Amino acid sequence: MSNEDIQKGLAEIVEEVAGVEAADVTADKSFVDDLDIDSLSMVEIAVQAEDKFGVKIPDDELANLKTVGDAVQYIASNA
Amino acid sequence: MTTGNDVVVTGLGATTPLGGDVASTWDALLAGRSGVTPLETDWVERFELPVRIAARLAVEPTEILPRVEARRLDRCEQVAVVAARQAWADSGLGEGDVELERLGVVVGTGIGGAMTLLDQDDLIEASGLRKVSPLTVPMLMPNGPAAHVGLDLKARAGVHAPVSACASGAEALAWAWRMLRAGEADVVVAGGAEACITTITMAGFIQARTMSTRNDDPARASRPFDVDRDGFVLGEGAGIMVLERGDFARARGARIYGTLAGIGTSSDGHHITAADPEGLGQSRAIAAAIRTAGVEPADVGHVNCHATSTPVGDVIEPQAVRRAIGDHPVLTAPKGNHGHLLGASGAVEAITTLLSVRDGIVPPTLNLEKQDPKVQLEVVTGEPRKIDLVAAVNNSFGFGGHNVSLVFTA
Repeated sequence: MSNEDIQKGLAEIVEEVAGVEAADVTADKSFVDDLDIDSLSMVEIAVQAEDKFGVKIPDDELANLKTVGDAVQYIASNA
Repeated sequence: MTTGNDVVVTGLGATTPLGGDVASTWDALLAGRSGVTPLETDWVERFELPVRIAARLAVEPTEILPRVEARRLDRCEQVAVVAARQAWADSGLGEGDVELERLGVVVGTGIGGAMTLLDQDDLIEASGLRKVSPLTVPMLMPNGPAAHVGLDLKARAGVHAPVSACASGAEALAWAWRMLRAGEADVVVAGGAEACITTITMAGFIQARTMSTRNDDPARASRPFDVDRDGFVLGEGAGIMVLERGDFARARGARIYGTLAGIGTSSDGHHITAADPEGLGQSRAIAAAIRTAGVEPADVGHVNCHATSTPVGDVIEPQAVRRAIGDHPVLTAPKGNHGHLLGASGAVEAITTLLSVRDGIVPPTLNLEKQDPKVQLEVVTGEPRKIDLVAAVNNSFGFGGHNVSLVFTA
């Protein structure tokens, strides 16, 4: 799966969980500071991403995924 | 009364089995319409429940709320937010009209987020821990409806959630009255919310033998004070009032519906579900409400009754009314129309009691065809009754022996 496909899939999850327009979910955006996603929603997004991409995202890794780009990179490397 | 320390009502909001707002609910009550319908769900069939009727909401909250907001809220929180936004808009209060440190919220619920609890239990059983929502606790906690209304308004004078079963909504209004009289706030948004028409609550009430099984005639199943009543019909919904200190409301030129003149609360100390058979606790609550209102029993022309359509409960309350007030008040019991909204019922019925005082009209009790001879007071039936009211009482009683009475004046 290309990084582009991962980002598209992740954006769909973010839209479903947090109501952020998928088009706004771009690589440079911070989940917390730019997209206003709280810690509870981040857990939901992580669980859905695990299912969608067949990847494990342990809590200590999740804490490091500050931006959409961080998450795309992590998924690409670990899926 | 205009004592400067009076508590006035300036905004109303509701979503009920009769309508998606106060106006449609009130119109349905006056027109004698029922909100009870067949309960068509797979679990009613699967568990062979003897009760197959309920009073579902007329308007789904998910049709009103944005999708993402709705998915973060239990259904009881959804209805609380819907009704509170209506009430706030109705009050005419705008941003900055009340300091947030002087704005309070009190919203009660009887059961709380039972649907969330059951849904999440299904998820952990089927798919394990990782599928359990991180929002589970804020969705199931019984202070959830109050907390979400408080957050929506950024209220900072205190957010409270009385839990006293079917008296919760009325107790919230009593709590608001106390906050305002104590000077803790200038405005309090208060009421009750409930939405738990689901397996375990239905099953529990069925096993307690409290529910009507008149499945073949849903609209006539809830029949307070009628000789053929056989239990209550479970409903869902929310009712919210905006209450203000009278001087604060008048200073801003608010439209005032009426006054929450007095409140009375008591506890039976008798049994966990059954009311004191003579209604002694109930009459103490009514008497206290009249006393704090500063009116005389003779001034109370109407009582909006708790009467749920159970064989035992409906004959106790009229005894309490006679003891505390006398033989002159005319009664009505709106649960014949909208069923029993549990923790929301006291708030929704407080709204209709207030409208009765304002408009001088009492809605009829639906399905009262032959009055139980043990009910020795006049109950309005058939058509709405026009009557000038100085004061009216609204009663709410809950499992646990909680009694709350409210007195409204014009």
